Amino acid sequence: MEINKDLIAASSTPIVLAILAEGDSYGYAIIRRVRELSGGRMEWTDGMLYPVLHRLERLGYVEARWEVAKSGRRRKYYRITSRGRAQLAEERRQWQAVDATLRGLWQALSFSVPATRRQPRHFHWEPGHAG
Amino acid sequence: MPDKDGGISLEEQIERWRNYLRRRQAIHPVDVAELEDHLREQVSVLVEAGLAADEAFLVAVKRMGSLDALSREFAREHSERLWKQLVVVPSDSGDPRTRPRTDAIVAFCLAVAAAVLIKVPALFGIQLDEDAGFYARNLSVFVLPLLSGYFVWKRRLRASTLRWLVAALVAAGVSANIYPFAPGGYTETLTALHLPIALWLVVGVAYAGGRWGQVGGRMDFIRFSGELFIYYVLIALGGAVLTAFMAMIFESIGIDVEPFFESWLLPCGAVGAVVVASWLVEAKQSVIENMAPVLTRLFTPFFAAVLVTFLGTLVWTGRGVGIERNVLIAFDLLLVVVLGLLLYSISARDPRSSPGAFDVVQVVLVASALLADAVALWAIAARITEFGFTPNRVAAVGENVILLVNLAWSAVLYARFLGGRGAFTDLERWQTNYLPVYAVWAAIVVLAFPPLFGYI
Repeated sequence: MEINKDLIAASSTPIVLAILAEGDSYGYAIIRRVRELSGGRMEWTDGMLYPVLHRLERLGYVEARWEVAKSGRRRKYYRITSRGRAQLAEERRQWQAVDATLRGLWQALSFSVPATRRQPRHFHWEPGHAG
Repeated sequence: MPDKDGGISLEEQIERWRNYLRRRQAIHPVDVAELEDHLREQVSVLVEAGLAADEAFLVAVKRMGSLDALSREFAREHSERLWKQLVVVPSDSGDPRTRPRTDAIVAFCLAVAAAVLIKVPALFGIQLDEDAGFYARNLSVFVLPLLSGYFVWKRRLRASTLRWLVAALVAAGVSANIYPFAPGGYTETLTALHLPIALWLVVGVAYAGGRWGQVGGRMDFIRFSGELFIYYVLIALGGAVLTAFMAMIFESIGIDVEPFFESWLLPCGAVGAVVVASWLVEAKQSVIENMAPVLTRLFTPFFAAVLVTFLGTLVWTGRGVGIERNVLIAFDLLLVVVLGLLLYSISARDPRSSPGAFDVVQVVLVASALLADAVALWAIAARITEFGFTPNRVAAVGENVILLVNLAWSAVLYARFLGGRGAFTDLERWQTNYLPVYAVWAAIVVLAFPPLFGYI
């Protein structure tokens, strides 16, 4: 299943902030974590993460620093700031509201209009969001 | 993983990828480094999973996404990068960060020094309005040593070269001041006009900083000169606006700023701006698109059209070129403009690309300028003995010949290039080799003309 671009774009901020809330990280590791958590369903184009990180940095949600990694290469690490945490909490409230609304609708649909079972795509969504 | 037989190594592939990325304006070197770290980690993970290095590289590059889309995203996030900024960020982050600032400080100090220097003669009673001749003759002697000094400092010029530059500057200063010029005479005016041209070579040698012997070094100096001119004009426009406002608001409280403007703001600003403009050109050369070639491209077709129409009208109506006092100077200026158009389109042209329509326009421009000039020269040559050999006329004829020779041979080289019988670099070499000729002629006018013509 491919998740459409708009959803990917909209969810990128909370996802990146939430991953950074787990601990400081860098680009590649963030991508890997997303892949892991989504079971490969959220396929980000690797390069596209960086403009997102830079935007979050500009907004003051994350801070960046260069460090020398174990491999000997210089690597840019990102850390979430307190403003970033506040933003994450805010995003979380908004996504929960969206999720709750949709959940209500899915349930109403599954009870009242069983015919929509012919369109299983909607039901595919549910476990992803329920989890 | 070692390289595959016959293929290029992973390092080389990454190097290429990096260079490709670096050409994107919106992606800064520091971002390239970040993306490269990502790419390398992806490659090493894939290699551990059993892929060959080159396969891993291909997969990693693919996962990175299309570079066009990526650079679009970067441009969207960093839109300011597409608008070049005044404060120049060093291209490689880290230690050389302090360099541009030192540069700016040195340039600023030299600009202030130039502004102070131009006011020093006033301490000895030489006033701008009373001794205009002194200032006209010496203007370049006040400014250009400081400008050269900036490049001597910046390029860490060798002492042996430096000696020559200092000798030339001293010779210029001495000759401009020991000759007993008749006040307001021809030779004084000629000195005032030609000394800057002769000394511009000194600036060029300092600017090239040891690369004067190379075509590339001299070509860079040509580029620098054009950009400097444009920056200077822009700064002058800004200065004019500032002055206009200053005059206006002070007038409203009944204070006349004109004396201050004439004796302080204008001279100090004019000389200081030369150094500041040079610093800006230097600092921004890689950051901003060069303006001179853009203007050249815009105006070459127009100039060509005007000249062709002029020649056509000349033939059609059978009119002769009117021999007035200034006609020779007018045609000199025409050749200078055409040469400028030619030079700056050469300076921006990729010598490897094949001839195009613009090159044809260029040849038409040069050829028609040559024809027009030949007509004028013919008319003048026929009657030059009637007029007599004044210093002005001899200087103007000399300049005309120098420019004519340059453009004629340029036309030949250009035609050869268009015909596929020569390389574009021949034209470049010809133009850059010709630079000293202007300076030498200017030096002759400055040094030999006043005694030859009795300082009239």
